[in-house]
Amino acid sequence: MADVIAPALREFPVPPALRPDAMAESKPFVATEKMQAAIGFPGTLVEDWHDKAIAKMGELLDKYRSLSVYLDACVHCGACSDKCHYFLGTGDPKNMPVARQDLMRGVYRRHFTLPGKMFPKLVGARELTKDLLEDWYKYYNQCSECRRCSVFCPYGIDTAEVTMAAREILDTVGYGAKYTNEIIAKVHRIGNNLGLPGPALEDTLLGLEEDVKEETGADVKFPLDQKGAEVLLITPSADFFAEPHVDSLIGYAKVFHAAGISWTLSTHASEAGNFGLFIGNYEQMRTIALRIREAALDLGVKRIVVGECGHAWRVAYSFWNTLAGIGSGGNDPFARMLQSQLDHRYRQPTHICELTWDLVQKGALVLDKDANDHRVVTFHDSCNVARASRMGDEPGGQFEIPRALVRSVVNRYVEMRPGTTHEATFCCGGGGGLLTDEILDLRVKGALPRMESLREVADLQGVNFMATICAICKAQFTKVLPYYGFNRSMVGGVHQLVSTAIRLGAKQ
Amino acid sequence: MAAILAGLFYAAATVLVAGLAWRIRQYAGTPAPLKIPTTPAPTTSAGVALRLAREVVLFESLFKASLWTWLFGWTFHAGLALVLARHLRYFTDPVWGWVAFIQPFGVYAGFAMVAGLAGLWARRFLVDRVRYISTPSDHLMLALLIAIAGSGLAMKYLAHTDIVAVKSFFLGLLVFQVRELPADPALAVHLGLVATLMIVFPYSKLLHAPGLFFSPGRNQVDNPREHRHLAEWAARLETK
Repeated sequence: MADVIAPALREFPVPPALRPDAMAESKPFVATEKMQAAIGFPGTLVEDWHDKAIAKMGELLDKYRSLSVYLDACVHCGACSDKCHYFLGTGDPKNMPVARQDLMRGVYRRHFTLPGKMFPKLVGARELTKDLLEDWYKYYNQCSECRRCSVFCPYGIDTAEVTMAAREILDTVGYGAKYTNEIIAKVHRIGNNLGLPGPALEDTLLGLEEDVKEETGADVKFPLDQKGAEVLLITPSADFFAEPHVDSLIGYAKVFHAAGISWTLSTHASEAGNFGLFIGNYEQMRTIALRIREAALDLGVKRIVVGECGHAWRVAYSFWNTLAGIGSGGNDPFARMLQSQLDHRYRQPTHICELTWDLVQKGALVLDKDANDHRVVTFHDSCNVARASRMGDEPGGQFEIPRALVRSVVNRYVEMRPGTTHEATFCCGGGGGLLTDEILDLRVKGALPRMESLREVADLQGVNFMATICAICKAQFTKVLPYYGFNRSMVGGVHQLVSTAIRLGAKQ
Repeated sequence: MAAILAGLFYAAATVLVAGLAWRIRQYAGTPAPLKIPTTPAPTTSAGVALRLAREVVLFESLFKASLWTWLFGWTFHAGLALVLARHLRYFTDPVWGWVAFIQPFGVYAGFAMVAGLAGLWARRFLVDRVRYISTPSDHLMLALLIAIAGSGLAMKYLAHTDIVAVKSFFLGLLVFQVRELPADPALAVHLGLVATLMIVFPYSKLLHAPGLFFSPGRNQVDNPREHRHLAEWAARLETK
């Protein structure tokens, strides 16, 4: 593994000078034969990988309008070239979104367009060689699919779509990444990304009940597999024990308790994360999403609520209705089955911030803001929430609702520099299936732009807490903050703040 | 020369129309199985139309991305739009009132076009990031457009062409008659390059024009919780 080097923070961020091949050594571990086989991909690079890759690309071009349009429409204007946090942190030109896309676009031109077949050199068309395949593996695994580039592209070209297609092609020819594929297999086998079996989960939840009882004196329950509960909570499995994630889980439980909403977790669907998204595989994504439908039907719940997880909320908000009929408006047997059960007076699915904010507005919670007075808080918009989903009923609700919620539980709130928040937010640097230690150097470098705006508000306004609503952001930041001289405990969840402020038992 | 250019224009028009129609049909026929609008996205179709209109007319996203690229790109495209509209006078008889009205502006727009193109081209040499991503065809496209604009302006300011004859030639083409055309080098270059541009359009990065309207990141309504969005191939998975 390369040495981990945190770049120096810059006072006035400018695009870095190009450092070709600066990250050519960075790549995640390759999935083993066993892991690949477990999710239905070839174990190792197949003999006819070239033809198979081209055939798969053709199939994806026919199945996804995004890919087809995006590979055609780029004019190399360069608008995206300084927008990727990995480029800003590394200077490697292949981390410019346009150049990352061109790794695939060149092959597309060569095999699927007339000028590329006739004059390859002229239009930048190229053959998929072993070296280029290697570049695909490296640089499509240096993209966190955060979609920041898509905000700035005049045609809305979304590199995440190209990255997902590339990873799907790589998986199809037997060249998958260990971290993502191992996790997908775990979800299928055990029900969650961390491989927590039911009894361990039950034990953890009982422990949490005791902790909260000791802290507050209240009998806050953490129910598991409770049939007939009103709410099924789907949350990232990191919430069950990782720090600071678990503090948010405690926060959700306190909110349900205070509002008198019956709720439950499910051992069958004990994970909100859906890594099928990261490898661009529709079938995997669908299979993982179907667990939620099964759990909801089995437990007979009326509402489905999603905890603090960025890409999980994207999948839940944008795709669950498509993948598993969780939502409204579907008119096919599968969607109808669940819809007749769900209570459509509520948004389905609901983000935990929407639920809590609705309760705050109704005055259903007793909140003591002063309890958070030791904190000066800023909010980090997580990429999949900011650029790929919504909360509430208005466009931009995904920015407003978490902030409103934070403001309702803390006295001192500060915004980071414009251009680094809302839809222009910088990724934490660990999303998209890159949260694995062998590429820690990339993760640290990718966090640079976020660290710069955090440093600014920390120095000038005394910010000592960065709230976020994504399990990957939390895990990534606790790891990389120390490289930039911050204390790792300064990152935490929005419901961690709610948990601190909420007063239980004070209201009937 | 008139016969050759007539043949070339018929061929170019056929390639442009048929090629674009084929491409657009292909985009329209390819499913978009998942909702992927870049948010904050409009929640209604009218909102989506407005969003696309802002992109087409104002280049909204590019404005947010890079002020220089926006300035040059917008100047070029706005100039091009005016110049194209101005050229309608060569295809209509009598000339429509609004086309007559914009004639003087159309001439200045020709210079704006060149200035915009020059700025865009300069970026390809001066900004190392843009230099890195430029392919020979990116340069050639700019050269082609500048040559078209330059030869057009040359006919206006340097070597006047018999514009009445040119108009008669194009009105003739519209009714499948090949009429005389002035034997003028600037005119031959101008028309030859325009035909070339029409021919490469459906096979090149000029597809960004129709592409924008089919970009799921921009043209999708943000309503996945309210309406189930199911592509045909994805719906088939349900019956398995």
